[in-house]
Amino acid sequence: MDRFTPKQKKELQLIGISFVLFVILMIAEHTGMFPDTVGGTLTLLLLYLVPYFIVGHDVVRKCLLGIKNRQLFDESFLMTLATIGAFGCREFGEAVAVMLFYQVGEFFQSYAVGKSRGSIADLMSMAADFANREAEDGSIEVIDPDDIEVGDILVIKPGEKVPTDGIVIEGSGLVNTSALTGESMPRLVSEGEQVISGCINGENLLRVRAEKEFDDCTVSQILELVEEASSRKSLTENFITRFARVYTPAVVIAAVILAFIPPLISGHFAAEFGEWVLRACTFLVISCPCALVISVPLAFFGGIGAASRSGVLVKGSNYLELLAGLDTVVSDKTGTLTEGKFRVAMIEAAEGYDTGDVVRYAAAAESGSTHPIAAAITEACEKPIAQSKIKDIQNIVGKGITAKAGRDKITVGNRGFLESEGIELPEAMAGTGGTECYVARNGKYIGTITVADMPKAGAKEAISAMLSAGVRNIVMLTGDSQKVASAVAEELGITDYRAELLPQDKVKAVEELLEALRKDSGGKDADKNRKRLAFIGDGINDAPVLSVADVGIAMGSLGSDAAIEAADVVIMDDDLRKIPTVMQIARKTLSISRQNIVFALFVKFMCLILGALGIANMWIAVFADVGVAVICILNSMRMLKKQQ
Amino acid sequence: MKKKFKLIDLDCANCAAKMEEAIKQIDGVTDASVSFMTQKMMIEADDTVFDQVVEEAVKVIAKVEPDCQVVL
Repeated sequence: MDRFTPKQKKELQLIGISFVLFVILMIAEHTGMFPDTVGGTLTLLLLYLVPYFIVGHDVVRKCLLGIKNRQLFDESFLMTLATIGAFGCREFGEAVAVMLFYQVGEFFQSYAVGKSRGSIADLMSMAADFANREAEDGSIEVIDPDDIEVGDILVIKPGEKVPTDGIVIEGSGLVNTSALTGESMPRLVSEGEQVISGCINGENLLRVRAEKEFDDCTVSQILELVEEASSRKSLTENFITRFARVYTPAVVIAAVILAFIPPLISGHFAAEFGEWVLRACTFLVISCPCALVISVPLAFFGGIGAASRSGVLVKGSNYLELLAGLDTVVSDKTGTLTEGKFRVAMIEAAEGYDTGDVVRYAAAAESGSTHPIAAAITEACEKPIAQSKIKDIQNIVGKGITAKAGRDKITVGNRGFLESEGIELPEAMAGTGGTECYVARNGKYIGTITVADMPKAGAKEAISAMLSAGVRNIVMLTGDSQKVASAVAEELGITDYRAELLPQDKVKAVEELLEALRKDSGGKDADKNRKRLAFIGDGINDAPVLSVADVGIAMGSLGSDAAIEAADVVIMDDDLRKIPTVMQIARKTLSISRQNIVFALFVKFMCLILGALGIANMWIAVFADVGVAVICILNSMRMLKKQQ
Repeated sequence: MKKKFKLIDLDCANCAAKMEEAIKQIDGVTDASVSFMTQKMMIEADDTVFDQVVEEAVKVIAKVEPDCQVVL
């Protein structure tokens, strides 16, 4: 019985005792042990009141307190009123049964809610519970992560969680970042590198100097954001809150009308009033909107939790809702769709040379330069370069470089530069989207190295997954040349791109796309009804664009405070494929909450109609109330399950 | 100032919504939320009146759900 809290256990006992008494009384009543006299009825009433109060005393007490505090229309008040109504109509058994059923339902509800709170707590368990602080004399003390001060030396043993962000000062090894990134690939950290809180240390001992206090570390920030996310409510949740506010009073008023009007019209008021009061009581029982009020936010909470488990931080239920129905996705190119770093993409060698030679000569000339293209070429050269042999380096900015390596004169640069040096070049190749560096040795062309910013692994997959998930339009923005942009776009399967943009042009481009969406929707409230746009950036210098878009998505932001601050959705690692994943989660969340809304409203309205006609009795009404709530909660809990 | 409080025995989701509504009405409160799922309340209010606001919020909570306690 350990799965129940003490309060739940007590509740269960009371339900049990009351149920036994209730059954005994029912048998006694129906076998005619109580004569149909005033005395007999009174005795029966008093006896039925015993199980009624055993199981329902709390409800009656809350109802009285509610009346005192002028908080009418709460559940306790409505249940008490309904059961008193049943007692008044001499339906003693029904009154007790309704209270009993109601409490059983409440019990299940509290159990289900407790379960889902537990699952949420599990989701949130990525913060460390303790830290090992090393004192100056080398002794180790176990402290609360809250007590960590910046500069403390922390010892993290194998298998322990990193308590706060810090720099490794001794040791190296693999850490598991899956709690943060959803990525099972461990990350290698070594001396002098940063480790982020919430990672689980692998097999080696690490000594780490704390860089942040616990409250400011990555994990604390994430947890805080996830908790706060539920306060940014989605339209669906707001609808439920507004609906709840109207629904209960409306049903109560309908109940009053139902009790008085039909018997007044029929003219047999005295004879029929009791029957109509009972039907009105059925209304009261159904009038609580709890099924919706609990289950819809729970689904959203679960959705945000599921997203954070796969390494995506969604900063509000509203963003989850928007993600489910994105129409346009705008993405930055450099650093988002591509790696943001030049690499040698292709090498062409002239006759008599192999590609290794071409790279080696080019690298020799470029080895003194810090230009990104030079860095890419030097990196591609496998053999070390004898710096001492390189002389007379002449760097012509924006064109190329010449240098002497031993006895050879090497020229590396763009087409125009080599041609101006009088070097004969082959026909230009068809645009590959990279930057071509022509290499010549002693005035003779020996080869071409194409350097490009390569698309990230998974970028193409992510784009096609977004398109098949219902995104209509994917637009790439870049400051790069038309040629580079078109090559990357083609490779990734993007049909629309804007190239040669300055940073402020990117904001303008997004605003134009938003304007187009507004036009599409037409009519009044175009801004409210239009389709939604998301922008994906690296979060470093595109904060203005992130804030213009309906949903700003920042990539690769593990440990970057600025990106977490500026974006609405944060992808913790660099994987673009997380975007379609989180869209999937968003859709599931929305479909579960819609199922709940439709199911709960359908059952409730059916019961209201059947109740008014006298077909549904109070027992069924109790099911419509708490039974539906439990079913909806169970449905929402599907969001909390681990999905692989 | 913004502060979070833990709530004990917040048993009804509808009550949480009512509390949130009522706390937002208190003078000096700029933002407030009561989360049924996390059993937490967040109040954001002017520094000068923060203590009174919290006191008021505790009263409001007691009114809406008498069994619910605020951990101060």
